[in-house]
Amino acid sequence: MCTVCGCSGTVTFDAASGQSHSHSHAGAHSQTHDHLHFGMGAAGVSVPGLSQARIIAVETDILSKNNGFAAANRRVLQAMGAYAVNLVSSPGSGKTTLLCRTIQMLGAAPLAVIEGDQQTSNDAERIRATGALAIQINTGKGCHLDAEMVGHAMGHLALKPASFLFIENVGNLVCPAAFDLGEDAKVAILSVTEGEDKPLKYPDMFTASKLAILNKTDLAPHCDADLAAYEANLRRINPKIDILRVSARSGEGMAQWVDWLRARHMEKTLGRPVAQMHGTGKTS
Amino acid sequence: MHEVSICEGILGVIEDQARTLGFTAVRRITLEIGAFSGVEQAALRFGFDAVMRGSVAEGALLEIIDLPGRARCYDCEDVVDIMDRLACCPRCGGERLLPEGGGEMRIKDMEVV
Repeated sequence: MCTVCGCSGTVTFDAASGQSHSHSHAGAHSQTHDHLHFGMGAAGVSVPGLSQARIIAVETDILSKNNGFAAANRRVLQAMGAYAVNLVSSPGSGKTTLLCRTIQMLGAAPLAVIEGDQQTSNDAERIRATGALAIQINTGKGCHLDAEMVGHAMGHLALKPASFLFIENVGNLVCPAAFDLGEDAKVAILSVTEGEDKPLKYPDMFTASKLAILNKTDLAPHCDADLAAYEANLRRINPKIDILRVSARSGEGMAQWVDWLRARHMEKTLGRPVAQMHGTGKTS
Repeated sequence: MHEVSICEGILGVIEDQARTLGFTAVRRITLEIGAFSGVEQAALRFGFDAVMRGSVAEGALLEIIDLPGRARCYDCEDVVDIMDRLACCPRCGGERLLPEGGGEMRIKDMEVV
């Protein structure tokens, strides 16, 4: 369902086979391998009550259902020794190109990709062209992935032990900030053409992220981008955030990004902090 | 931000509680919403009426308790109350504040029959 306009769009999966699929609008989750539906809204029934009114304490998080699915995903990932990254950004920041380059640089490391978009399986096809395992989630009208969708997608991926799992969220700097998918880290990608004040305009996403990748740095001289101002605004919003300057196109910063991933994965495995070869420019 | 999704979340909790506790209608529901939750209250109220229609909470009164934003200042290291995410530290004027509270989106209680 779209969380802005509320229309109940159908969410579909295009499985790892990469084959085209037909829709069977059966309602609840279908059991077939290559197609799942979400977004069928629950309908309660109103029954007039006769008993006296009473106050009940609820004290429950509104997103508790999503958080329950996220916790289940996290347990599965922990048991497999996998490290999951939720890639969040505006549309067009270069997430898929960055992922394709990352997959090449990770070489033989086991990994899988979950691609989220409203429509098309273009991104999953680009990922599969690198030889990596990928599954596409189409959210229909939905503007973010939720933990239940990711749990189903994980069930369809033959995730190998000690894998990296990359979840490319729907391009949207607002809603994905609130939805825990069970990931180990949100990584925000911000391209240098987007404007230095973007972290101030969309603070929630940069608050929720462990790392910000300042992408397309090869374009910076052509569009008068002030990289120091980007970094100052990111640190104003989140003083703890790691920042890397990267160009997926030229390869600048890619080694540091891959080091960051390997160090975080190792930290999770060992349960203690790990130094990495290249710094992330953190000043304090 | 995504107020209709939030209302769907509220309805999910209400329906779970209705099944467990056996009530048949909700007259009033009280939420606690933090200043940094990203929730637009006007949109939440609009979505609430639409989403609750046909459910045990149709026509229920929606009450919202505002919770303040709390943030740690990375200049003076104090924890301060601020209402605006881009506000400066009221103690030292520092600009690097990281939220430590105010993201709440909770159902506090309900009056049911």
